[in-house]
Amino acid sequence: MHDNGFQKAARAGLAVVFLAASPVGFAATAQASADALTEAAGSYHIDKTSSIRFAVDQIGGGGIRGSFGDYKGSFSIDGRDVGKSTVMFTLYPKSVHANEARVEDFLRSDAVFDAEEYPEVTFRSTAVTRTGGSTATIKGVLTARGKSRPTELQATVTERRGGAIAFHVTGSIYRSPYGMGVGTPLYSNLVQFDMTLHGTRN
Amino acid sequence: MSRSKGRSYGAIAMALHWTIAALFFGQILLGFSMERVRSMALQFDLIQWHKSFGFLILALAAVRLCWHLAVRGPRPAGGMTALERRAATFAQAALLAMTLVVPLAGWALASTSTLNIPSFAFNLVLIPHLPLAPSAQAEAFWRETHELLAYATLLLAAGHAAAALRHHFLLRDDVLGRMLPGLPGADEPGARAARPIRRTIDNA
Ligand code: HEM
Ligand code: HEM
Repeated sequence: MHDNGFQKAARAGLAVVFLAASPVGFAATAQASADALTEAAGSYHIDKTSSIRFAVDQIGGGGIRGSFGDYKGSFSIDGRDVGKSTVMFTLYPKSVHANEARVEDFLRSDAVFDAEEYPEVTFRSTAVTRTGGSTATIKGVLTARGKSRPTELQATVTERRGGAIAFHVTGSIYRSPYGMGVGTPLYSNLVQFDMTLHGTRN
Repeated sequence: MSRSKGRSYGAIAMALHWTIAALFFGQILLGFSMERVRSMALQFDLIQWHKSFGFLILALAAVRLCWHLAVRGPRPAGGMTALERRAATFAQAALLAMTLVVPLAGWALASTSTLNIPSFAFNLVLIPHLPLAPSAQAEAFWRETHELLAYATLLLAAGHAAAALRHHFLLRDDVLGRMLPGLPGADEPGARAARPIRRTIDNA
C-alpha cells in the first residue's frame, strides 16, 4: 500500500512528462494524480530533516547561497478536493546560514531581515491548484519585515512512504517590496527558493 | 616632449589637478565615514559609491600621468631653495603615484575579499576583479595597505596644499597662480613676483 502510493506518485510524474508531448496522456494523468494525492490526504507537520535553501544571483556570475536551519510548519491535504488543502510555514531568519559569518550578520541585520525586530517570516496559503499528477501551485501570503504580499510557490511530490511525504518546493520572490532591496542591482532583486519539505502525518 | 607654454600649467593639467584633488578629499571623507555608520544597508551603498569614485580617480590619474609625461609642466617656480624645490618635486611625484596606487590597493582589496562583491562602477560598468587569489589573509593585507596609504597620502596632500598656500599668502609669489586659474598667474601682467629676499636665498 505504502510502496504503491510512492509508485503512483512516481508514475504520475512520468505522466506529466508524457502529457507535455501528447494530449492523449491527459486522461491517464488526471486519474493517476487523483489517486496519488487522495491517498496522501491528512494533516502533516514539517520535519526538521527538511531543507530551506535560497539563492540570490549577482552581476557577473555567482551570488549568495544560503539556507535556514530553524523553521516550523504544517499542511493538510484534502483528499476529496485538493484545492482545499492548506499550508502554514514559519521560518526564523536568525537561523540563516551562508558561506561566511559576515554575510549571515548582514542578512540578520536591519539591512535585510531585521531579525531582532521581526524574528519570523511566515507563509500562509490562500489557494492550492493542482497543475499535474504530482504538482501543485500554492498561492499564499508571505509576511516578512511586517509586510505581507501575495506569493506563489510550485510544489512537486517527490516521495511518499506511509505517513511520510516529501515535496520539492520552488518559488522566486522579489525582495524589494519587503524593504529588503539592499544591494540591487549588484545582487538580483529575485530570491530563488529551493526547498525540500519532509512532512510526517500527525 | 613639449613644455606647457608660458609659466603656468595648461588648462587640461589644471582641470585634472583640481578635479582629482576634490575627488581625492571627498573620497577620504567617504572612506572614513562609511566605516563608521551604524546602518549596514547604508554602509553597503556607501562602499559601492566609494569604489565607483575610486575607479574614477584611478582613470583620471592614469590620464594625468600620460598628460604629465607628454606635456611637462612649466619650469620650476623661482625663488625657492634647492631643498624646497626638491621637497615640492618629491611631493608632487608621490601624489601623482599615490592617486594610482591607493585605488589600485582598494581594487586589490575588493578583488581578494572572500565576500566576492562585484565592482559595478556607478551601476554602469562591471569592473572585473584583479587576478589575485581571494583569502582572508590577502583581504586583511590589502585592507591595511589601502587604509595606510590613503591616510599617508592625505598627510602628504595636506603638506602639499599648505605649501601652496604658504607661497600664496606668506611668500606672496605666483606658485598657486600657476595652477589656479583666476589668480594672477605668472603670464599675466599683474603677476606677483617672489619677494626679493627669497631670490637672494635662492641665488646664494
Ligand atoms: C584615491 C582613491 C581612494 C581613496 C583615497 C580611498 C580611501 C579609503 C579610506 C580613507 C578608507 C577608510 C579606511 C578606514 O578608516 O577604515 C577606505 C576604505 C575602503 N576602500 Fe578605499 N579609497 C580609494 C579607492 C578605492 C577603490 C578604487 C576601491 C575598490 C575598488 C576601494 C575600496 C575600499 C574598501 C572596500 C574599503 C573598506 C575597507 C573595509 O572594509 O574596512 N577604495 N578607502
Ligand atoms: C587644496 C589642495 C591643493 C592645493 C592648494 C594644490 C596646489 C597645487 C599647486 C599650486 C601646484 C603647482 C605647483 C608648482 O607649480 O610647482 C600643484 C601641483 C600638483 N598637485 Fe596639488 N594642490 C592641492 C591638492 C592636491 C591633491 C589632493 C593632489 C593629489 C592627490 C595634488 C597633486 C598635485 C600634483 C601631482 C601636482 C603636480 C602637477 C601636475 O602633475 O598636475 N594636489 N598643486
